[in-house]
Amino acid sequence: MYNLVAVRVAGWISALGRAGHFLSDVTRSLRDVGTWAGLTAVQMRRIGVQSLPIAVFISIFTGIVLALLSSYSFTGAVPLYFVGTFVGKAMMLELAPVLVGLALAGRVGANIAAELGTMRVTEQVDALETLAYNPHAYLVVPRVVAATSMFPVVVALAMAVGMGAGWIASISLLELSTPDFVKGLRLFYQFKDVWFGLVKAMSFGLVIALIGCHKGLSTRGGAEGVGRETTSAVVLSAEMILVLDAFWAVVLL
Amino acid sequence: MIVFRNVHKRFGTKQVLQGFSLDVKEGETMVVIGYSGSGKSVALKHVVGLLAPDEGEVEVDGRIVHQLDRAGLVELRSQIGFVFQFAALFDSMTVRENLALGLRRQKVNSRTIEERVRESLALVDLMGAEDRYPAELSGGMRKRVGLARAIALRPRYLLYDEPTTGLDPVTAAVINELMVRTRERLGVTGIVVTHDMTSAYRVADRIAMLYRGAIRQVGTVEQVQRTHDPIVRQFIEGRPEGAADAEGAAAGTTR
Ligand SMILES: Nc1ncnc2c1ncn2[C@@H]1O[C@H](COP(=O)(O)OP(=O)(O)O)[C@@H](O)[C@H]1O
Ligand SMILES: [Mg+2]
Repeated sequence: MYNLVAVRVAGWISALGRAGHFLSDVTRSLRDVGTWAGLTAVQMRRIGVQSLPIAVFISIFTGIVLALLSSYSFTGAVPLYFVGTFVGKAMMLELAPVLVGLALAGRVGANIAAELGTMRVTEQVDALETLAYNPHAYLVVPRVVAATSMFPVVVALAMAVGMGAGWIASISLLELSTPDFVKGLRLFYQFKDVWFGLVKAMSFGLVIALIGCHKGLSTRGGAEGVGRETTSAVVLSAEMILVLDAFWAVVLL
Repeated sequence: MIVFRNVHKRFGTKQVLQGFSLDVKEGETMVVIGYSGSGKSVALKHVVGLLAPDEGEVEVDGRIVHQLDRAGLVELRSQIGFVFQFAALFDSMTVRENLALGLRRQKVNSRTIEERVRESLALVDLMGAEDRYPAELSGGMRKRVGLARAIALRPRYLLYDEPTTGLDPVTAAVINELMVRTRERLGVTGIVVTHDMTSAYRVADRIAMLYRGAIRQVGTVEQVQRTHDPIVRQFIEGRPEGAADAEGAAAGTTR
């Protein structure tokens, strides 16, 4: 019993050590600008193309539901134009970044982990090193920079689409006029609503890409290993998004 | 000159190399034979610094590999071509891009790159395959591209990890001829890791057998063919029973 606990704890500590080592390698590779700069644009385009459809899909449905839920909750006691307030705040502060983040943990995170994992087990990563490339500069940094910079763009779009969907739902399904919706939307609006959501999105992109790359590069044992590490990358990223979400709420609000 | 001195390497509790010592002379082709899982690839990866020894050292041209800094390692790697077992071609790139990647890293100008790509593909008889992707190539063609990618850098050393494993006998013979040709044309020093004895006899100047984490015997092809060591005999003759323990051919497990 005592032994089992000790083994577990030792396992966590060594995993943390490896993660720390990975982070320091990646940080040092940032200096190798010549290697990663040119590759980052390609990754940005890939991440954008992978993310936009899901982000739009999620935000349309979330926007509609938010409008209906708020009007239901207000039960006539709260003026209906508060629907606009609720849709805007919920979308910008929480739902666009978190829901899109979770979906992209599956889409982008799994893609990165599976790709790098396959490269690792087929010795392509070793090949890159023997050709005198630094794999962290060549593979990791472009993905991390691209995800960190593209996630806020994707989430900003999701915010806009979500509020648009909420507005359309309000005027077509609820008895709310466009001026009233807009009035509600602007009521307690602060610029912080937007940047708070975008900072979160940025941190989610950073974490998803780092975890995907780390899991991918530490893959062992053929196709089975790739599957295992990909799954664990997605699960860990999703957990980290929720933890970070709470963290930012405590620190920034 | 590549020298392994008393190299020890283990993964977790598994001791893979245990006092591995070997020297490879300038210009020769050294073939390292041994059972699957005996640590041949592990030994080879120490030469380019993909793995670092727990104990002992590997020396290339007077430099201790695991003591090199980043720049020293880049310099060393630019002189060593590594041919991977399953070719390890970058599957998102065409054959041309695969060959050009290492050259671009060495800041070779684009006209020279184009030339080198053409020459290297010609050397492995794959002219005209420049724009194909690895997925469109057969196993033997991929190995040839892997070889071409290594020689495009004009290395002084070539390391081959099981170049003929998994190929049909005719394709394997083609690869053997290419290895011989590469050595004649480029005058490289080579280490070939394999368990294919036909290939070993064809390309080797000397043969060394890796057994239980260390070199069991090293000698010229004739010396090895005439050996009385029962373990080496059993391996080169491919007999199922005898003194050797194929399963336990790695150095073993430490607790
Ligand atoms: N990076 C690694 N991590 C853990 N174990 C490894 C690693 N590389 C090789 N091994 C183990 O070392 C042993 C020798 O492997 P290898 O050198 O690939 O054998 P072979 O002689 O067939 O090339 C195997 O048991 C393998 O599982
Ligand atoms: Mg091997």
